[in-house]
Amino acid sequence: MSARTVRRRITSGVMTGLVAALSFTAVLALVLILGDLIAKGASSIDWAFFTKSPVPAGESGGGVANAIVGTGIIVGLAALIGLPIGIGAGLYLAEYGSGRLGFLVRFIADVMNGTPSIVIGIFAWTWMVKPVGRFSALAGSAALAILMIPMIARTTEEMVRLVPHSLREAALALGYPRWRTSLRVVARTALGGIVTGCLVGVARVAGETAPLLFTALGNLNFETDVRHPMQTLSLQIYVYATGPFEEWHRMAWAAALVLMALVLILAMVARWVTRQRYGRGR
Amino acid sequence: MTTLPIEPVPGPPPSIETPSAEPRWASLRGVNASDRIYKGILTVLALALPFLFVALFVQLSVSALPAIKRFGFSFLWTSTWDPVAEIYGAAPMIFGTLASSLIALLIAVPLALGVAIFLTEFAPRRVRQPVAFLVEMLAAIPSVVYGLWGVFVLIPFLRSYVVPPLKAVLGWTPFFQGVFYGNSLLAGGIILAIMIVPYIAAVSREVLLAVPVSQREAALGMGATRWEAVWTAVLPYGRAGLIGAVILGLGRALGETMAVTLVIGNRHDISLSALQPAYTMAAAIANEFSEATTNMYLSALFEVGLILFVITVLVNAFARLLIWRVARGAAVGSKAL
Repeated sequence: MSARTVRRRITSGVMTGLVAALSFTAVLALVLILGDLIAKGASSIDWAFFTKSPVPAGESGGGVANAIVGTGIIVGLAALIGLPIGIGAGLYLAEYGSGRLGFLVRFIADVMNGTPSIVIGIFAWTWMVKPVGRFSALAGSAALAILMIPMIARTTEEMVRLVPHSLREAALALGYPRWRTSLRVVARTALGGIVTGCLVGVARVAGETAPLLFTALGNLNFETDVRHPMQTLSLQIYVYATGPFEEWHRMAWAAALVLMALVLILAMVARWVTRQRYGRGR
Repeated sequence: MTTLPIEPVPGPPPSIETPSAEPRWASLRGVNASDRIYKGILTVLALALPFLFVALFVQLSVSALPAIKRFGFSFLWTSTWDPVAEIYGAAPMIFGTLASSLIALLIAVPLALGVAIFLTEFAPRRVRQPVAFLVEMLAAIPSVVYGLWGVFVLIPFLRSYVVPPLKAVLGWTPFFQGVFYGNSLLAGGIILAIMIVPYIAAVSREVLLAVPVSQREAALGMGATRWEAVWTAVLPYGRAGLIGAVILGLGRALGETMAVTLVIGNRHDISLSALQPAYTMAAAIANEFSEATTNMYLSALFEVGLILFVITVLVNAFARLLIWRVARGAAVGSKAL
């Protein structure tokens, strides 16, 4: 073996080790962040944390019940607005999207996927807060829905495209109209994938803060009326993290742990649904 | 796939374009009323996307108009930001946005490409899926949680373990001058780097997976080591897509708000030193929008938003075109269905 060959082999080995080390570093970052969340957040979580609203600064105790409920309402409403539009747009792209309009919509969806969420936030403020002169959970939901639509549209399209052509042809050959073929056969077959995409989209916006700063605003009290300002976990974390009190920082970590758990559960359910996809889907 | 006996013909199906066809053929041609309604509804829903896009652009422009008229292009390169005197210049924010994203890319690109190369070329089959999943999980962590972690974990760590040696070695360069108080361009850049790694890694991985096996086999067959095969055959083949992945990550970094707002220091100043506080466009909007009491102040912030929007749209569009160029070639195989 010549020296040159040895050197080339060593280079190959070293570079293999390097890319493995880089991968390890990326995973390590995740482990560190999740570990810190649990280490600093878990001890502050008790029953009151889930059942009580925040107490005035300086006092100890209290919880984030209002923020948990608020997150549920705002994200749920956003899903109610965003999912039908996103799924419909995705079906359009998969069924009729081969023309120029399809290309345009697809391109805009991809570009909007990268639009900063804060920009969507001030846009929603202009259209939904300024005219009525009041911050509202509804405006927050609208902003989150706008964030969700391009994401859902693209994943839906990709999932529907995975359905074999033969299935569609079989349905059409049996005399099914196109719309029923599309909904009852094609979309039905892709349902698992579409649900996964929706869950991932919902999980993504559930952690968003920036679009809610000037729309849902935040609220220290328990609030369920969507026409009023409402608290979410993400807004609560931001307020607590920037505050000066040790007690607040503790609450911020606990709230972050709860939010992270919420997002992770959604992601896990999404994975579980994906695994069911090729099972006995009925 | 191989069990499919018939290759469907791509392109439009053979159409029956005889205008005098009897009515009973109508349903077979797919032009009955319910089909048209279905397509109409889907089209309207799909049009929501271009509508929102145009609405965003127009609304931001209209809201920014007073500031654009008043300050013109000087808004982009002057540094005075004085709400009392009503004079606004966004240069420090634009600088901070670009600088923090650049630091993020410097850290994230080697990391993410390393992950992608490891997962597609070297990792044992058993660890590929779990590692890919764990790296993707980084994208699931909410921005504000990154910010929280940055403030209470990363910054103390930087202060005690990273900055002292950095200053000892590179303290003479203009990039590491001054006292490190914690909130800084460096902290913002590092947080951003961790946040964009999963995006760059995921897209790069897809690009590398799309490189035909024959490329690797050819290189290996000519006696290349495994690394040489990656370096001389795989990476050049996917270059456009990899650049696209990096630019996509850049787009994410430019618009990231909450995490950066919490750690970058929010100081309206241009400093070359990464140890000093800085400001980004997104952070400025997040911090000042609710305090903007005058119309001109609000308008200036909308102009910042408009600039941010236009920059990210251009960056993302460019990245998409690059990725599509590669992915379309790859899709030829998988689209055979």
